[in-house]
Amino acid sequence: MDFLTLLQVLDTSVRLATPLLLACLAGLYSERSGVVDIGLEGKMLAAAFFSAAVAFYSGNAWVGLLAGVGASVALAVVHGLASITFRGNQLISGVAINFLAAGMTVLVAQSWFRQGGRTPPLEGDARFNPIELPFAIGPTDAAAADRPLSQLIAEAGPLQQFYSELISGHSSLVYLALLTVPFTWWLLFRTRFGLRLRAVGENPAAVDTAGVSVVWLRYAAVLLCGVLCGVAGAYLSSALQAGFVKDMTAGRGFIALAALIFAKWRPVYALWACLLFGLFQALELRPDIIENVIGLKVQVQLLGALPYILTVVILAGFVGKAIPPKASAEPYIKER
Amino acid sequence: MTAPAIELKGISKAFGPVQANKDISISVQPGTIHGIIGENGAGKSTLMSILYGFYKADAGEIFIKGQKTLIPDSQAAIRAGIGMVFQHFKLVENFTVLENIILGAEHGAMLNSSLSNARKELKHLAEEYGLNVDPDEVIENLSVGHQQRVEILKALYRKAEILILDEPTGVLTPAEADQLFRILDRLREEGKTIILITHKLREIMEFTDTVSVMRRGEMTATVKTSETSPEHLAELMVGRKVLLRVDKKPAEPSETVLDIKGLRVVDEAGVERVKGIDLTVRAGEIVGIAGVAGNGQSELLEVLGGFADGTGEITMNGTALPLTGHGADGQARRAAGISHVPEDRQREGLIMEFAAWENTVFGYHHSPEIQNGILMDNNGIYTEAEAKMQRFDVRPPDPKLAAKNFSGGNQQKIVLAREIERNPDLLLIGQPTRGVDIGAIEFIHQQVVNLRDQGKAILLVSVELEEILSLADRVVVMFDGHITGERVASQTNEKELGLLMAGITDTSAVANGNGGNENSTQEVHADG
Amino acid sequence: MDKMPKWADIVLIPLISLFLAAFFSALVILAIGENPIAALKLMVDGALMRSAGWGYTLYYATNFIFTGLAVSVAFHARLFNIGGEGQAMLGGLGVALACLYIDWPHWSLAILGASVGAACFGALWALIPAYLQAKRGSHIVITTIMFNFIAAAILNYVLVELLRPVGAMDPASAKFPEAVHLPTFQDMFSTEGSKLFRGAPANVTFFLALLACLVVWVLIWKTRLGYEIRAFGESETAAKYAGISPVRITVIAMLISGALAGMMSVNTTMGESERLILNSTEGAGFIGIAVALMGRNHPFGVLLAAILFGFLYQGGAELALWTSIPRELIVVIQALVILFTGALDNMVREPLEKLFIAMRRRNA
Repeated sequence: MDFLTLLQVLDTSVRLATPLLLACLAGLYSERSGVVDIGLEGKMLAAAFFSAAVAFYSGNAWVGLLAGVGASVALAVVHGLASITFRGNQLISGVAINFLAAGMTVLVAQSWFRQGGRTPPLEGDARFNPIELPFAIGPTDAAAADRPLSQLIAEAGPLQQFYSELISGHSSLVYLALLTVPFTWWLLFRTRFGLRLRAVGENPAAVDTAGVSVVWLRYAAVLLCGVLCGVAGAYLSSALQAGFVKDMTAGRGFIALAALIFAKWRPVYALWACLLFGLFQALELRPDIIENVIGLKVQVQLLGALPYILTVVILAGFVGKAIPPKASAEPYIKER
Repeated sequence: MTAPAIELKGISKAFGPVQANKDISISVQPGTIHGIIGENGAGKSTLMSILYGFYKADAGEIFIKGQKTLIPDSQAAIRAGIGMVFQHFKLVENFTVLENIILGAEHGAMLNSSLSNARKELKHLAEEYGLNVDPDEVIENLSVGHQQRVEILKALYRKAEILILDEPTGVLTPAEADQLFRILDRLREEGKTIILITHKLREIMEFTDTVSVMRRGEMTATVKTSETSPEHLAELMVGRKVLLRVDKKPAEPSETVLDIKGLRVVDEAGVERVKGIDLTVRAGEIVGIAGVAGNGQSELLEVLGGFADGTGEITMNGTALPLTGHGADGQARRAAGISHVPEDRQREGLIMEFAAWENTVFGYHHSPEIQNGILMDNNGIYTEAEAKMQRFDVRPPDPKLAAKNFSGGNQQKIVLAREIERNPDLLLIGQPTRGVDIGAIEFIHQQVVNLRDQGKAILLVSVELEEILSLADRVVVMFDGHITGERVASQTNEKELGLLMAGITDTSAVANGNGGNENSTQEVHADG
Repeated sequence: MDKMPKWADIVLIPLISLFLAAFFSALVILAIGENPIAALKLMVDGALMRSAGWGYTLYYATNFIFTGLAVSVAFHARLFNIGGEGQAMLGGLGVALACLYIDWPHWSLAILGASVGAACFGALWALIPAYLQAKRGSHIVITTIMFNFIAAAILNYVLVELLRPVGAMDPASAKFPEAVHLPTFQDMFSTEGSKLFRGAPANVTFFLALLACLVVWVLIWKTRLGYEIRAFGESETAAKYAGISPVRITVIAMLISGALAGMMSVNTTMGESERLILNSTEGAGFIGIAVALMGRNHPFGVLLAAILFGFLYQGGAELALWTSIPRELIVVIQALVILFTGALDNMVREPLEKLFIAMRRRNA
């Protein structure tokens, strides 16, 4: 495999890792506060639909993004009501939210567009288009030279190839997702909010007796989770792809959950876990590459299942132990 | 006279039909240690929770330094200068001491400045009150005593003027308890006001300036400690002069039933809790194990009952019992003739959601006489449960009622009926009267003595010295996983046992060998 | 005293939750410009007013009985088995192997063999998460979710690479032999004069499902094992005290649960498609969660809830056929039922408890 092919695979990995990363960080906020969220999938899906639909009507991807975040946050509020206010079973709530999103998106899509549960394709500003970084070779250069972009890049030096192929040319949401990692780290470990958030996931009674509201902290975390899931969903339908199709999250919410466990609920590890799982997905699209590199035919099904298998192995504690926040999934009932 | 540091007027609080606090008024002078004593369930904790903003009182007023103050939540309590040290600490275990101290009382939104401020402040507090703790140590690596210090530091860091401690010595070794009281003395000297909630008369008598007694939700008296006596306080606590002397003949022990040699138990966290003990229990005697909670007694019972692993040798009626694996589970123990009334009846002895009748075979559900082919003989179990509940005077005598709907005493009777009527060779019984009303205590004690008189062996574990002294024939004291002494119950006293419980084996100064002094009155007055 | 009479807990709360779910569903139907009353009438007509409608309703109900029982058995041990879907998928593989590679003389023997195959494969797929939960403390909800995806990958691989007949395009096994064809309701109940259940897929497996209800009821409430499962579910510490091994109960409860989920595939794979296809489970494993919640984990409740969901499924198909309301409406209803009976239980329960306490006080 040559350097350029490697760059192409990594480029695809980054693009596929982005929704995972956003959803994974979303889950991180929620679970660090003690609210388990297996409804990441549903929130992403709802956001994917509403952002695509509104982007289609408004012709503006950012307006679509807002709508997607709004839909995701609405579901997050339902999860908050169930798990915080009414102290219900957080897992069951997550399951319900996944189905609610799966059903509602198709129902509304059918009602609005009558195209079998999809939105019309998004074009132009209704999508998040790639950003060309300064000095990178991009479509404008290709247009100027009147030659295919791939040819221009193939002729460039390795550093320029690396810069143009892998670093440049992603949509703004990709860079946003990457920036969310250090931001989350900073918020969690360097601010008062982060201290309280981590505390409420470990021992809510300690937070409560210290005079801080457990309910509001957890709602804040669940809402943050909603916002990030919303961005993840919008990215899926209006950056990675051009429009919404039924069930388009395709289990990404669960892969994000797996990545979160894999990352042991830490933001920087989450980045690596998501890039790894993104790589698996990229390779799933190009099974020929693995065959060329290791000389063995690897089943695409195995690649698809690898994140899940790895997570089970991690959960089983055979390779490093994943210990969730102590108060995970437990509603806080005030008692002495 | 200065305004009281804190004054409660006419506080009432009901939980459904239960009146937890009835028209309570109390006034605490600044710079004093004020004790609140009462049995479990007397309403002490509810009252303090109201003061700390956890519950809202149905009626009544709170005055802090003469100012009427509303305390709707913990935040308000902290603002009013109230700090609380709960019985179960409210610490984030994987945070450092410093992080725990600033939690909720940070200076500004950034952590760094908060942490450096707190570090300075902590150094200052440590010097002023002798409260030394490493600020960068993680909580889970600290001893219980040090964790409690962190709780006190948390309160002081929040500029608390009034410090409430709820049963602070329950989990401490005697040495740690002494250190705690030295710290409290120091705080009092500095002008802080301390409210000490306890059911231990000794602590009240030794360390408080004034004491209030609670009984069944009411404040029965507030007196100067120097003007009262333990006997008087006990009487106020239980409402009548109780002399629950257990009516029993001298024991007539015969052959050895249980023989323990070199038993060691390591708990799940990897801490050795029982450190090589030897113990025998003979037929026809009650052996009482005394000790501060957490000195290995619970683990001893768990190994004997078959729900913890151990190493060493245990023989029962001459046959060795396995200490690990399938052969050492509760089923095997029951088959070997051991019955077990566990320390925590709600979490271990009963399934709270099950009906009483289902609970009457819990642990014995494999017994052949209650099977009907491959099914359980539910009708038979029900009929037998009805009869059992009659015999043990369980009220209400309704086998269909879920266990959670019975009072503590009646729950205990259900467990007792199940375990005693199995006709065991050895009965293990832990904290038999914890959370049990006075009326039922007498009945429960009598049942245990009757079993002894039928020639059964009984191993009793209790943290209530009075109970041990009145019920046991032989007393074994455990401290830090070791047995520090063994005494004949009728020839020892609370003081001597107290020294043994603190790990001091030289008791010649207090042992008088001729049947105890005035402290060994076999009253049951605390923690009914 | 209990806060509420038992009947309120068992009947009233599920009914109120169902009503809330129905109410919100009606709002959804209104919002997309259809008439909820007309929709309900269409559903009732299509699912209940003709024998063929019942034939579909009971076919779906059969699936949901199995998966509902699967979830509820695990629930009794306080294990949330979210992996019914994956267990059912592998159960289908068990059915297919039994039907394709064993020469059955008669369907009655074949259904026994296929049931054993389905149960074994389903149980096996539940065994690993159960073992990991019991021995390594890996959260069973997460592992069973992961196992759903792994099962889908395995099934995909097996169908594409191993079981697909040479030359066939779609990922499916060969057609099962004629000998293992299960009698449908049409075969069983039609007479010369009147054709009943025409073309409907309901088959003899429905009676197997009824039998499963009975067996689970006896197991949970009449046997020592059931006693131990319930005791363990209520309190693990108490179970240890009583000598009930948590590892043993966790594993056994999940094996039973997995076996029941797997047996669903007898109905779909052997009773309906008569070959193994990729998506034969169609989310029935997840509907089991709604069914178990709605049926309050009691086999009789599960039966009723399964029939209700069977009705919704068939009615939903009718709606999709005659109106612009897509089938996904049932997914929404299912979500709302799970939400209200499961996650928002306290929202319904707490006001009701207050009401009963107030009523009691007035009567006293």
